Amino acid sequence: MNKELSREERADALSGMGCKRKRVEDARFTQGKGNYVDDIKLPGMLFGDFVRSPYAHARIKSINTDAAMALDGVVAVLTAADLAPLGLHWMPTLAGDKQMVLADGKVLFQGQEVAYVVAKDRYIAADAVELVEVEYEELDVIVDPFASLESDVVLREDLVAEDGSLPDGAHGPRKHHNHIFTWEVGDKETTEQVIGDAEVVAEDMFYYHRTHPCPLETCGCVASMDKVNGKLTLYGTFQAPHAIRTVVSLISGIEEHNIRVISPDIGGGFGNKVGAYPGYVCSVVASIVTGVPVKWVEDRMENLMTTAFARDYWMKGKIAATKEGKITGLWCHTTADHGGFDACADPTKFPAGFMNICTGSYDIPVAYLAVDGVYTNKAPGGVSYRCSFRVTEAVYFIERMIEVLAIELNMDPAELRRINFIKKEQFPYKSALGWEYDSGDYHTAWDKALEAVDYKGLRAEQAQRVEDFKAGKTRSLMGIGLTFFTEIVGAGPVKNCDILGLGMFDSCEIRIHPTGSAIARLGTISQGQGHATTFAQILATEIGLPADSITIEEGDTDTAPYGLGTYGSRSTPVAGAATAMAGRKIRAKAQMIAAYLLEVHDDDVEFDVDRFVVKGAPEKFKTMKEIAFAAYNQAIPGIEPGLEAVSYYDPPNMTYPFGAYVCVMDIDVDTGVTDIRRFYALDDCGTRINPMIIEGQIHGGLTEALAVALGQEIAYDDMGNVKTGTLMDFFLPTAWEVPNYETDHTVTPSPHHPIGAKGVGESPHVGGVPCFSNAVNDAFKAFGLRHTHMPHDHWRIWQTANKLGLHG
Amino acid sequence: MIPAAFEYHRPKDMAGVLAVLVEHGDEARVLAGGHSLIPMMKLRMADVPHLIDLQDVDGLSGITVDGGRVRIGAMTTQSDIIGHAALAEAAPIMREASLQIADPQVRYMGTVGGNVANGDPGNDMPGLMQCLDATFILVGPDGEREVQARDFYEAAYMTDREDDEVLLAVAFDAPSGGYAYEKQKRKIGDYATAAAAVLLEKNGDTCSAASIAMTNLSDTPVWSEAAGNALVGTSVDAAAIDAAVAAMLGDIDPTQDNRGPIEFKRHAAAMILRRAIARAWDRA
Repeated sequence: MNKELSREERADALSGMGCKRKRVEDARFTQGKGNYVDDIKLPGMLFGDFVRSPYAHARIKSINTDAAMALDGVVAVLTAADLAPLGLHWMPTLAGDKQMVLADGKVLFQGQEVAYVVAKDRYIAADAVELVEVEYEELDVIVDPFASLESDVVLREDLVAEDGSLPDGAHGPRKHHNHIFTWEVGDKETTEQVIGDAEVVAEDMFYYHRTHPCPLETCGCVASMDKVNGKLTLYGTFQAPHAIRTVVSLISGIEEHNIRVISPDIGGGFGNKVGAYPGYVCSVVASIVTGVPVKWVEDRMENLMTTAFARDYWMKGKIAATKEGKITGLWCHTTADHGGFDACADPTKFPAGFMNICTGSYDIPVAYLAVDGVYTNKAPGGVSYRCSFRVTEAVYFIERMIEVLAIELNMDPAELRRINFIKKEQFPYKSALGWEYDSGDYHTAWDKALEAVDYKGLRAEQAQRVEDFKAGKTRSLMGIGLTFFTEIVGAGPVKNCDILGLGMFDSCEIRIHPTGSAIARLGTISQGQGHATTFAQILATEIGLPADSITIEEGDTDTAPYGLGTYGSRSTPVAGAATAMAGRKIRAKAQMIAAYLLEVHDDDVEFDVDRFVVKGAPEKFKTMKEIAFAAYNQAIPGIEPGLEAVSYYDPPNMTYPFGAYVCVMDIDVDTGVTDIRRFYALDDCGTRINPMIIEGQIHGGLTEALAVALGQEIAYDDMGNVKTGTLMDFFLPTAWEVPNYETDHTVTPSPHHPIGAKGVGESPHVGGVPCFSNAVNDAFKAFGLRHTHMPHDHWRIWQTANKLGLHG
Repeated sequence: MIPAAFEYHRPKDMAGVLAVLVEHGDEARVLAGGHSLIPMMKLRMADVPHLIDLQDVDGLSGITVDGGRVRIGAMTTQSDIIGHAALAEAAPIMREASLQIADPQVRYMGTVGGNVANGDPGNDMPGLMQCLDATFILVGPDGEREVQARDFYEAAYMTDREDDEVLLAVAFDAPSGGYAYEKQKRKIGDYATAAAAVLLEKNGDTCSAASIAMTNLSDTPVWSEAAGNALVGTSVDAAAIDAAVAAMLGDIDPTQDNRGPIEFKRHAAAMILRRAIARAWDRA
């Protein structure tokens, strides 16, 4: 007879929340057995490829497709003229603007889609692209948003009325023909008054350069229209498959039940795969026209040049404080470069995302934020690259602002943060710009971080280094980067968060099988986050079945419940909550079944890890496995057969993860080469579901932060040519460039989330970028530097040192 | 990133290679490791209707060190160079430089021949070959001929090699004295922002011979005779190093790109050369 297991042993056997369960996805990924979009091969499938504009701004005089059509194996060449009768030559963007699917008379950025070639194989398609003759008339190019607002050149003639007036945009009045919106939050008058009267004011401009999420797998799709039954199946790299289904239905007129969207394995998204791209529309049209499946997968250059950049914010800030360093007000004006179309992926009511989290972790009594969106001749996008909507910009802004204020006050920046933190007892805390922070214990985290790195010792070492440098004993400087960040993730409450009118709830549906295993389906989609591992852990703890007996499935709109997808660290805060809530519905029914089987009242049994026990008589119990079987073979009065549940979770609030990061960096003043000697990351993401996956997320996010801070950019020349269109020039760090990361944590659960979890995937990126940047800035502080813009690559650091006169 | 159609040839011997080259002239190119040529074809920047894969041709790879003379077959990979004990003994600068080329995966495929013959100013081997005063052995329809590395490079991707010739091997005398290959790059896999190959010989406290070559600072590698001369006969003191650096700066002609403006590149070149000289002298 088996030995009776202890309570702890039974819990361990479930691999529930809090354990370092190995990722169930990795067996296939590490063996090259993943199933990505480009692995999908359907009978008779054709291949699409784009003719793209070499110019950033030009009128299209003519397009001649004869030579391309004459090439053997070419099936079709679509232009805007072909799409116009269907009304598909333009498409709506997530930001309330519209975007050309194929160039309609002009092009607005280099790489813009001009014509779509469909051919019998991928090589023929590429050959045919070269045969399409497009005659362009070059127009004046604008790559600077400030110049754009002064320019007579009209980028978007479609947004100017015939009488020359400017109709309102999706977010209100427009000030200039190249202006998109003004978004204002907070109390302008009081803020400006506080700043005017303040004892100390620090002011600076912070440019957060344009970059790109650059997932390993680029964007792509396979559209398959079955003309017999009228059903469209669309496979694609979609971070939000359900929303894509609705969008496709609204754009194409195909009824939603006739559309099935499938996101197979996705090789990273980081925001790049949230939006809808011309490639999807053209592929769907091509499949409808030809009646066979059509595949389109962009290459690396197309990915970097055309689909969804990130950032490109010019943030002008002023911060007011007392002489003692108590912050009294914060002011920010941001000029946001959106490129040729406003295709930002933000909740509808937030044209600059959650930029108004820019008061950070600090108790700031009054604040004001204004954001002006501007058109330029650059690619559209403006997605949240490994962050919640514009949160990285906000955190970078406040964490640089704090450093500049510390200089102005001649105060230690660690101490300046400490005396301004929101205190533990102030939560839930209402910020000056309208958010309610759910929970936090910033002082504890900060003290722990500073002690872990011996902050005082580091400052002493740095001071000695400066002396040695001045004495000519070394050419290396030392920077100490500090960051304390608060994120806002888990969008979001339906009352204020929607995308294209779709509320940002999420969902989980659970079916328990008779033998005590289960399948759970969610409205989210993993792109590497490990949902199949972690959501099973949540359920294991909630319903008492082993995680290994629970299949997690996402990404097929015909089978999964509706949800808004995975981005903005929303899967755990929203779908994770739905999973727990659905699990609790299962448990509630299981309780009734258990009580019936044990012949006691429902209230006389209680849940115990993997079973229900009779209160006070733990030897009398029914395991969840037994209960599952009973659900399918017992006629229980008043209870339907089966054991299933579904939950749609509308979160009452966002979650607010936070963290304390410290970076220690040595900088070679002569070459501009940086060496990260130490990086310490303390994260508080509330309840921790799988510590190993959290650590992996931290490592990944920090590495992308290092990339952005130290070199990764989408750069344009004055003619609007992309200068960083390949991985030779677009910095994607390898193991060689990545330092060792030390991770640590505190746990402050979210009070409103069913399991207290807050989300973690984006924290390291949000906190990491300012931390690396602060380290570079800090290294030169002793020589008079206030602020230097990212990316901090070798030549820019050299330039900074040079301007400070450090090269003799 | 889809190349135009091309004919793939895979001859078994050099006669077969030359036959295709003679027939198709500049429409044919030989393929060694492929790390430069294949991306160029995928970008459709190189039009190569006839691609000749050299991997089945015998006798093109291998390293011999014989009586102070080193010969490295064109198809020898950078990985082979790094792992070759006799070469590391005879010319340790080859190993030091090869370890700074890209990453291990690239080095398993990348060859000496491809690196020197392609004429890409970003490649590390051309400058190193000039520093070593190497001889390139080419074969064509009229037989073999030799050309000095210092005479081989004409402009970016333009070399002394005729369209119907193939590089067989590189050869050089094993250097004596101190050496250094110093390279600044933005990341693994990147071309140099600036790189310097330095060989110094020491007689007592005096530098008796010096050879200095710079990489990716002009449209060809730059062997700076004047920079070397500035060190010969000196004790490689600060003044001599200043003179060498000044001479080198007179010979390079960098352009602005994503690695930085010209002014920065000149500064980086000076720093890299200073460090290379210091290290080489220390080893001399």
